[in-house]
Amino acid sequence: MSRMQNVVIDSVKTVLGWVPERWLPGGTPDPLIMRRGAVGRQVSRLDGPIKVGGQARFAAEVAMENMCYASLLHSPITRGRMRHLDTSAAEAAPGVILVMTHRNMPRLDIIPLVSVTNLGAVGASALPIMQDTEIRYNGQVVALVLAETQEQADHAASLIQIDYETAGARTHFEAAKATARTPASVLIEKNHTVVGNAEYELAQSPFQVDNIYRTPGHNHNAIELHAVTVAWDGDTLEVHDASQMISGSAAALAKLFGLKKEQVRVLSPFVGGGFGGKGMWDHQVVAVAAARIAGRPVRLVLSRDGVYRIVGGRTPTEQRVALAADAGGNLTALIHTGHSVMPPYSACPEQYTLTGRALYRSKSYAFVQHHLDLDIVPNTYMRAPGESVGTFALESAIDELAHEMGIDPIELRLRNEPETHPLSGTPFSQRALVQAYREGAERFGWARRQATPGTQRDGEWLIGMGCATGSFPYARMPGASASIRLTREGRAIVSCSAQDMGMGTSTVQIQHAADRLGLPMEAIVFEMGDSALPTTPMAGGSSQTVSIAAAIAAAAEKLSGELLRLAGNSSPLAGLRAGEVRMIDQKLVSIEDPSRTESFQQILARASRDEISVSAAGSAPLEMLKFAMHSLSANFCEVRVSEVTGEVRVSRMLGSFDCGAILNPKTATSQFKGGMIMGIGLALTEETLFDERSGRIMNATLADYHIPSHLDVPDIDVMWTGVPDPRSPLGARGIGEIGITGVAAAIANAVFNATGRRVRDLPITLDKLL
Amino acid sequence: MAIRINGNEVAIPDDPRVSLADLLREQLHLTGTKIGCNQGACGACTVLIDGERVLSCLTLAVQADGRAVTTIEGLSSEGSPHPLQSAFIEHDGFQCGYCTPGQICAAAAMLRGVADGMPSYVTADLGERAILSPEEVRERMSGNLCRCGAHNGIVEAILQVAKEDVA
Ligand code: FES
Ligand code: FES
Repeated sequence: MSRMQNVVIDSVKTVLGWVPERWLPGGTPDPLIMRRGAVGRQVSRLDGPIKVGGQARFAAEVAMENMCYASLLHSPITRGRMRHLDTSAAEAAPGVILVMTHRNMPRLDIIPLVSVTNLGAVGASALPIMQDTEIRYNGQVVALVLAETQEQADHAASLIQIDYETAGARTHFEAAKATARTPASVLIEKNHTVVGNAEYELAQSPFQVDNIYRTPGHNHNAIELHAVTVAWDGDTLEVHDASQMISGSAAALAKLFGLKKEQVRVLSPFVGGGFGGKGMWDHQVVAVAAARIAGRPVRLVLSRDGVYRIVGGRTPTEQRVALAADAGGNLTALIHTGHSVMPPYSACPEQYTLTGRALYRSKSYAFVQHHLDLDIVPNTYMRAPGESVGTFALESAIDELAHEMGIDPIELRLRNEPETHPLSGTPFSQRALVQAYREGAERFGWARRQATPGTQRDGEWLIGMGCATGSFPYARMPGASASIRLTREGRAIVSCSAQDMGMGTSTVQIQHAADRLGLPMEAIVFEMGDSALPTTPMAGGSSQTVSIAAAIAAAAEKLSGELLRLAGNSSPLAGLRAGEVRMIDQKLVSIEDPSRTESFQQILARASRDEISVSAAGSAPLEMLKFAMHSLSANFCEVRVSEVTGEVRVSRMLGSFDCGAILNPKTATSQFKGGMIMGIGLALTEETLFDERSGRIMNATLADYHIPSHLDVPDIDVMWTGVPDPRSPLGARGIGEIGITGVAAAIANAVFNATGRRVRDLPITLDKLL
Repeated sequence: MAIRINGNEVAIPDDPRVSLADLLREQLHLTGTKIGCNQGACGACTVLIDGERVLSCLTLAVQADGRAVTTIEGLSSEGSPHPLQSAFIEHDGFQCGYCTPGQICAAAAMLRGVADGMPSYVTADLGERAILSPEEVRERMSGNLCRCGAHNGIVEAILQVAKEDVA
């Protein structure tokens, strides 16, 4: 995140600007875009039967001989140190095997933080783990107890006596502004960015809005608790984890415990929801250390409270958005600045200003983000970090400006639709937001909306409609690899260390591999969730599907080459090269002359081979630098607001998406809806309540932190343009995070349309409407 | 002292602190029953006791003495899935699948409750038998949280099974 990084990225972009498009990966569109068989079909999840049957084994469910159970003790103070520590009662308690504190915890390094310049890193916190007496945030792990049973471990942990000496802690958002930091970059973007004189334009223009928007902290609240089951066998380590970053976690644990990479195996075939939260935190490290000392397998499952204490969530933000327009509705100024909490030991800058940089044409712009230092559990990435809360501010402001001007808010957006990336001038790879709005508005019945707020009612219920744009950048991670083993019987085993937290990774990649390799889906086995398999990057940034697709495509190309080599001179394919054939119907076929063909089986049989194996890495994701690529959405919603209680009910919702080609309509629909439902929570109920006096989270339970329940979720309608992106593998862009973006603004805008009340601080609870 | 779990007699654990959820998961390795909060807030641990839905994290194993417990593993009969299990796959009523066993167990008991004429908070006329509208299903299933946001598919799956039951 340095100035240096800005320079490097800028110069790569400049060089790429000169390179002809066809030299780049994605210069010629992926041939599978035009040749879909299994891809694009409504396929039910292939792991469905074991999930509904209760047979899918999650991290805390792996049985082991001689297992013992861990319980953690968390600091109740925010800053200070342990003056006196007495573990004798705990050690004497029935069933206790080990009490581990900083005294007997092995001395370990700090785990490198995950960042755009260190993509292999997985650290969510750069703080030492149980290394000294110091307390750095409220909830920090101070002790671990191992016992024969969970009940014994929990009880013994309650017997540990600690006398704390408290020190002053930084816990006030407002006060921290005095020492705010302004980093040089926000992810791969330059932070402080100015085009023209936005403040001047704002003052000069006939129409303007200028407001502050606030969003609270949030927690991921995956229903599966963070858990590990850990076993040492001599100097090799096996960790069953719930992880979004399998390979990186294995590498980090190897480094931390002084092992070779091959000595550590992390397995995580099923993850019970992640949303950014299932990374590398303190619990894996203390469990591994305890298992080594005890010489026995260890299971550690965090309590729900424990998850809130040691796994950070989305950070609170305070954002200023100011917009100005001329009489024709053309934006003249777009200002998006603000403060969010990000202590130096955390990894996520909550990039809420990124959307505004890519969404609208304007005469002038100003963007900058400031970070506040508080003594908190390190904040982290949570579904659509930045964009989820950034679009709340920006898209509320657009609605406010449209109201100010008396223009339909969709019309105002369309008038400011850019031709190329508004800041850099980079061409868009594919962008059909206008189509998404037109088709969405038609299906939703937007024409029935009354422009004047507060004019639609049904008894005590005021009814309103709102819309908002959602946006999330495309990403494909470098360093993804995959292997393919093709057998003479015509089966293919495709392997990589991919992760699935519910996205349908294996289902979609089996569809993909079937088309890529010219095999039926039933002939493909997809192995994943294991660090012993070829490395793929973490599941994050909505990048996994295309990252793996590129790796499988590269491996398939290599497989073609190997088959051609084996086919030899007596084959009808003799003389052809990998790029000149494709794999169709279990055969290699010349692209130029489809009569030149030979089946995989014939080739392998003639070469007396039972099988053939290849592995390869995906090409470098240069398309990201050469083109502006975003998943986009037009969100529509209808709310009913009780005039008596202030209660808000979302009665209808439609998401109209523009995310490239959709690979499996069934699982994609679920991902879109899942994001939108999390958006309902973001808008109306979710808030991590932080006590600024003590620095402690006050609602660390699922009873007190309100995620949407069945009754909060209406039937949601989802549609998409489906226009393939010519630069990406399979023509697809990410769909995991786009769903939540724009939803909070669409709901807030609908609440305004219903009531005439503009709520600028989330969540929109009843009290704010009375 | 024994509990009948999916048709098998199981001894009550010695330690009276053991919850039914922990007995199932840690001692019997019936890990289809999930734990998402351990305090009655999420529904992931829902199992059936004598046909009624119960949060196994809030139930001590000893409390189930002499009763019949059915978990997700016991819901399918002789290898063929329960209609709800098939409908959940068909309607994509899950993503990560972690809340799913609890949702399915809860739905099975809920449908029985409706059949027995049990009203809910949103039942308009307590004198009449409740019609299983989407709203009724949502209300009756609101004790089962799903963070992946599979709510629509879950409700569709349950309504489909309810319809087939009547037919
Ligand atoms: S685990 Fe029992 S209700 Fe959440
Ligand atoms: S499917 Fe993941 S929590 Fe419901």
